[in-house]
Amino acid sequence: MIGIIDYDIGNVGSVANALRKLDVSFIVSRDSNVLDKADALILPGVGSANGGMENLYKLKLTEFIKNEILNGKPIIGICLGMQILFDSSEEGNTKCLGILKGKVKKFKKEKKIPQIGWNQVIIQQYNNVAMKQFNNKFFYFVNSYYCIPEDKSIVVGSTKYGEEFTSIIQYKNIFATQFHPEKSGQIGLQFLRNIINKWTEDTSEVAQRDSSDGGGIGKK
Amino acid sequence: MLTKRIIPCLDMTEGKVVKGIQFVSFRDAGDPVKLAEIYDKQDADELVFLDITATVENRNILLDIVKKTARKVTIPFSVGGGIRTVEDMRLILKNGADKVSLNTGAFKNPNLIRDCANQFGNQCVVLSMDVKKIKNSWNVFINGGRTDTGIDAISWAKKAVSLGAGEILLTSIDRDGTKKGFDTSLTRLISANVTVPVIASGGAGRLEDFLNVLTEGQADAALAASLFHFKELTIKDVKDYLFKKKIPIRLV
Repeated sequence: MIGIIDYDIGNVGSVANALRKLDVSFIVSRDSNVLDKADALILPGVGSANGGMENLYKLKLTEFIKNEILNGKPIIGICLGMQILFDSSEEGNTKCLGILKGKVKKFKKEKKIPQIGWNQVIIQQYNNVAMKQFNNKFFYFVNSYYCIPEDKSIVVGSTKYGEEFTSIIQYKNIFATQFHPEKSGQIGLQFLRNIINKWTEDTSEVAQRDSSDGGGIGKK
Repeated sequence: MLTKRIIPCLDMTEGKVVKGIQFVSFRDAGDPVKLAEIYDKQDADELVFLDITATVENRNILLDIVKKTARKVTIPFSVGGGIRTVEDMRLILKNGADKVSLNTGAFKNPNLIRDCANQFGNQCVVLSMDVKKIKNSWNVFINGGRTDTGIDAISWAKKAVSLGAGEILLTSIDRDGTKKGFDTSLTRLISANVTVPVIASGGAGRLEDFLNVLTEGQADAALAASLFHFKELTIKDVKDYLFKKKIPIRLV
């Protein structure tokens, strides 16, 4: 069962509907005691980094999410849910969860902001069998900010909007996308299906942040 | 590369899709949830629902349609019509919409844009504006295109964006339902003056109209209703044509 973290920031319902279409069981909750029982988590999110972090603090979910990830529970971060996994965001000068090293930056002004619509993902890791098939496929984006991971080896996919930015990352039990797979048609559902299938195959790798390791999160 | 969006619009009244000409003389175009599903399968890039005669009694019908649609479709959709408060917006989003468009409610109370954007993020807030040319100026109309506010469209668009609107749905009242083509000069004027994406609406009739508004008109997306509902053109016809004309388009 998947736990969708409901922290009052956007379209939790869309994620739930996508899982319904995939026939995957889920619960939507803001209660760590309930989410604790889930086999995997989804951290969705549209809206602002400061608003999102504020809500997570209010709901006393920040430590819970960090611990769950470090204890090996698989998680998908979507859009804002990807951004707040990093150290900080330019948006409202926000200190984020800091599970992954790196920052979140705003697009340059020469483009329309937010980026709204379908854009292509360029897969950067061809050894990743589950992801290879999504090379050059279109996904739905709505974002003004994007993540800059310190450890480039976690970048699975990138996308061009003026500059090229990171649109998919994966590190052990963490998977995150800047686009909205739950709103990206059949290809988006297929994408979610692949991640969920991968979870059920292998959950042995666990992310651990190690401050002595300059490259982001350390290895178990 | 970010692609241009082709968006079918479902104008509704009392739970049915209707289509008018210059905002009057409506004709029945069917069941909204079914139409939404069809457009989703045809690879529309997004959907827009507008409850054109939104009243308190209609609100529940609308929410029910939003909920049913959200369970069926796999693409983003926005909902508008009669939204006056943050609470109205919350209910629509809660039932599964991805964005909400504000029109008269925002004009009468511009802070509604700011409050909604603060609450849900500016990407969620679409400013829907209905514009008509009066002598030499472009005026904003409210109340379903019935009331001339006398306010200039550019200044209202700029103000709405500064308050937090993340996108503009721009409808030309003069062209609505006429199939004479989008108003490219109006669209270009607004698009060049704001920093957010602009969806052009009103007047789609031929394939070339889409090309013109996405190039000359500088629109980020083009919206049409009756053309698609009555199958004069399909989404695929439009997308294939634009693709051949080298416009960035998502083909599945």
